[in-house]
Amino acid sequence: MVPSPWVVRQVSKETPDTFTLVLDPPGGARAKFTPGQFSMLWVGGVGELPISISGDPARPESLTYTVRSVGPATQSLVSRQAGQTVGVRGPYGIGWPIEAATGRDIIVAAGGIGLAPLRPVIYHVLANRADYGRLTILYGARNPRDILFRKELAVWAKQPDTQLLSTVDYGGVAWRGHVGVVTTLFKRLRLQPAKTTAMICGPEIMMRIVARDLIARGVSGEDVYLSMERNMKCAVGLCGHCQWGPHFVCKDGPVFPFSRIASLLDRHEL
Amino acid sequence: MEIHSLEQIIAEHPFFLDLDPAYASLLVGCASNVRFEPGRYIFREGEEANHFYLIRQGRVAVEISPPHRRPIVVDTLIEGEILGWSWLVPPYQWRFQARAMEGAHAIALDGKCLRAKCEANKELGYELLKRFSQVVGGRLDATRMQLLDLYAAH
Amino acid sequence: MTDAIRIRIVADQIEQLFQSLIKRDYAIFGPTVRDGAIIYDRIEDTSDLPRGVTDRQEAGKYSLASRPDQALFGYAIGPHSWKKYFHPARVKLFGASTDNGVFRILQEPTPPRQPTALLGVRACELAAIAIQDKVLLDGPYADEIYRDRRKEAFLIAMQCTESADTCFCSSMGTGPAVPVVAADITLTEIADNGNHWFLAEAGTPRGGEVLLELEHQPAGEADCLQVSTAVAAAGLQQKRRLDTTGLREALQDSFDHPHWDEVAKRCLDCANCTMVCPTCFCTDIEDVSDVSGDHAERWRRWDSCFTTSFSYIHGGSVRSSPKARYRQWITHKLSSWVDQFGTSGCVGCGRCITWCPAGIDITEEAQAIRGTVNHGNT
Repeated sequence: MVPSPWVVRQVSKETPDTFTLVLDPPGGARAKFTPGQFSMLWVGGVGELPISISGDPARPESLTYTVRSVGPATQSLVSRQAGQTVGVRGPYGIGWPIEAATGRDIIVAAGGIGLAPLRPVIYHVLANRADYGRLTILYGARNPRDILFRKELAVWAKQPDTQLLSTVDYGGVAWRGHVGVVTTLFKRLRLQPAKTTAMICGPEIMMRIVARDLIARGVSGEDVYLSMERNMKCAVGLCGHCQWGPHFVCKDGPVFPFSRIASLLDRHEL
Repeated sequence: MEIHSLEQIIAEHPFFLDLDPAYASLLVGCASNVRFEPGRYIFREGEEANHFYLIRQGRVAVEISPPHRRPIVVDTLIEGEILGWSWLVPPYQWRFQARAMEGAHAIALDGKCLRAKCEANKELGYELLKRFSQVVGGRLDATRMQLLDLYAAH
Repeated sequence: MTDAIRIRIVADQIEQLFQSLIKRDYAIFGPTVRDGAIIYDRIEDTSDLPRGVTDRQEAGKYSLASRPDQALFGYAIGPHSWKKYFHPARVKLFGASTDNGVFRILQEPTPPRQPTALLGVRACELAAIAIQDKVLLDGPYADEIYRDRRKEAFLIAMQCTESADTCFCSSMGTGPAVPVVAADITLTEIADNGNHWFLAEAGTPRGGEVLLELEHQPAGEADCLQVSTAVAAAGLQQKRRLDTTGLREALQDSFDHPHWDEVAKRCLDCANCTMVCPTCFCTDIEDVSDVSGDHAERWRRWDSCFTTSFSYIHGGSVRSSPKARYRQWITHKLSSWVDQFGTSGCVGCGRCITWCPAGIDITEEAQAIRGTVNHGNT
C-alpha cells in the first residue's frame, strides 16, 4: 500500500482537458505491464487515483498515463512538473486478452478517454503485425478538439491491414470527418465474426451498445471485452469499494469478457 | 470504371440486399444516376422531399443552419448508406439540408414515382417500409446516444 | 499425535490462566462492562470480567441484567467484535515528506507489538475470524496489517451455553459448539448453583502447554457430557434462523424485487450493521497533510457500503439510493460473498439485528426475499 516515487519525465497536453504523463521508475527499474492494466497514482495530501497505462508495452523504461483533468486530484496530477515525483503502485488488474487474440482479427473500439487504455493494444498489434489479422480501430470523441492522439491516429490509419474509423458526436463545418456516435461506424465495418476479438473501452453505455451491436453481427460474447470502471481505493481486492456483483473490478478486471458480465451490465445501482 | 446497369447498381447496394429481382426492376423505373460536386447542396431544409439517394461514393453531411452561425452537422453518410426518408411520410418536406462534403455519386429514386408504385403494389411498399424502418430506427438510436453526450465532463 | 488435553478447572482457579498468559508476555483482551454494554478491551485479571452480568438482546435493543449466578462469561456477545484487533478501525499506512515536489516515504520505526491473547471468543466469532482470514489473507494480495496482527494471536474460545434472542449461529452451522482445533484453548463455563467450573480443551500444542500449568482435575465423561448437553441446549434455544439453502441464487435473482423498497423505508443508512459485523472488511483511505502540503499521511479506516461516497465514480455515486445500498450489503453478505470466497459472509451472531436502530432483521429480510423470488423479474 506504500507507493514508490516515480519521477515525472514529461507532461504533455493532448486536448484542452487531457494530459499525458511519462513517469520514470526509481533507480532505473523496469516497468513491465500488460495492456489494459492500471496503476494507482498518488499525489501527497491530495489523493490517489486508478489510471490506465497508455504507453507502449515494448518500452518498459518508463510508464505513460493519459489523464483527463476533471477534479482536484486529476488536476493536481497533471500539474506536476518534470523532475517532481508521483507515487505509483501497481501495475494492477487483468488487462486485454492480447495472448488469446493471437491470430485473430482485432477490433479496438474506443470512446473519448477510453482510447488511452487501448493504445497499448494498438502498439502491441502493430509491433507484432504478423501475429494478428486485420486491425480495425473505431474511435468516437465528443468533438474534433477532444480527439486524443490525433497524429498517431493518422499514422495508424496508414499501417498495413489496418482500418481506422473515427467519428465525433458534434462536428463543425471545418470538420471533414464523420459525424455521429461511435456505433454508427459499424455500418462501414467489414467483419469476420468468428475470427474477431473486440476490445472496447469508453463510457459504460457506449460499451454496452457497441458490445451488443458486435454480438448481433455474429461476434461471440466470449470474444468481446470491456474495461469497467468502479470506485477503487486499494486496487488489490481488499477495500471492497469496486465490487460489482460477485466481481472485484480491480483484481477480477478491469477487463472482462462480455459473456461474463452480460447479466450485470444493465443493472442500475448494482 | 466498370459500367453497371442501374438495375444492377440498385440490386447490389447494401440497402437493397437480397431484394426480390422483380422489385428491383420496378424500382429502376424511378431511378436515375446523379453526381454532386464538393460543397454542393443536394437538398435544403423546407424544400419538397421528392427523392431519396443510395450513396455510391463520397460523403454527405446532414446539417441544419442556425440564423447566425455556421451550419451544424448532425450526421455524415457515406457509400452504402441511404440519404433521406422525408419522401416517405407527409408532408414530404426536408427537415435538414444535405451537402456533398466530397464529390458524391448516388442513385436518386423519385419519391412520387415510388409512392405511386407502392400504393399499387402493397408488397413492394411493405418491403420498402421494412428497410426504411431500419434506417430510421438506427438514426433514432444514434440520435438518442448523441443526446446522452456520453463524453461530457459532467 | 498426542492425546487431547481436556481438563476441569474450578472457577476460582481461572485466574491462573491470566498469569500463565501474562508470563508469556501476552496482552490479554476480553469482555468487560463499560457504558452499559459488554465490550472487548484490555483486561488484567478476572476482576475485569463481567461477573454475574448477562445481556438481553432483541431487534434494535440491548441491555444488561444481573444473573442469579456468578458466571464470568454469562452473556452472548456485545457490540464489539475481535476484528478491531486484527483489522483496526483506523490505522496509518505511511507518512511522507515532500521537498520541491519530490516526496520521500518516512521510515518510522514501528514499536514492537506485544503478542495478543483474546479471551472469550465465541464460536460465531471464530467463524468470523476464519472468514476474514480468507478475505484478507488468501487472495493474490494479503493485507499485511491484518497478517501481522493475526499471526501470533492466542485464541481462547468460550462455548455458549445460552443464546441471545438475536442469535442464529445454529442455522449458519457456525456454533454454538467450537470445533476443537479452531482455537488454542476452548473453554466452557458451567455455573451451577455452588458448582462453578470450566471445561478446558487444548486445540494446539501451545494451548496445551498453558493448560497443563493450571491447577486442574482430569475431565471425566460426565463433565464432558454435561458440557456438550449445555452447548447443544444453547443451539436449541435459538428462535431465529436463516435458511441458506438456495439463498445465494435467490438473492442473485431478486435484483428488482419490490421488497427492497420496503426495507429502504425503514433503513436509516446509519451503517451500524457494517460496523458491528465481525466479517465486514471494507476500508477507505484518508489523505491528510499539513498546511504547507510538505508533510502528508495516508490513513486507512473502516468504511461502509451504506455511505454514498462508497461507490462514487466520476459523475456520481453508483448506489445513490438507500435501497441499492441495503441490497448491496445483504446481497454481498449472503450471496456474492459465496462467489468470492466460497463461504457466506454471515456467521449468525445477530449483531446487525441488535444494533440496528430500526430493528431490521437480516433473517427476516432474507426470508422475505427468498420466499417470494420472482424469477421472471431480473
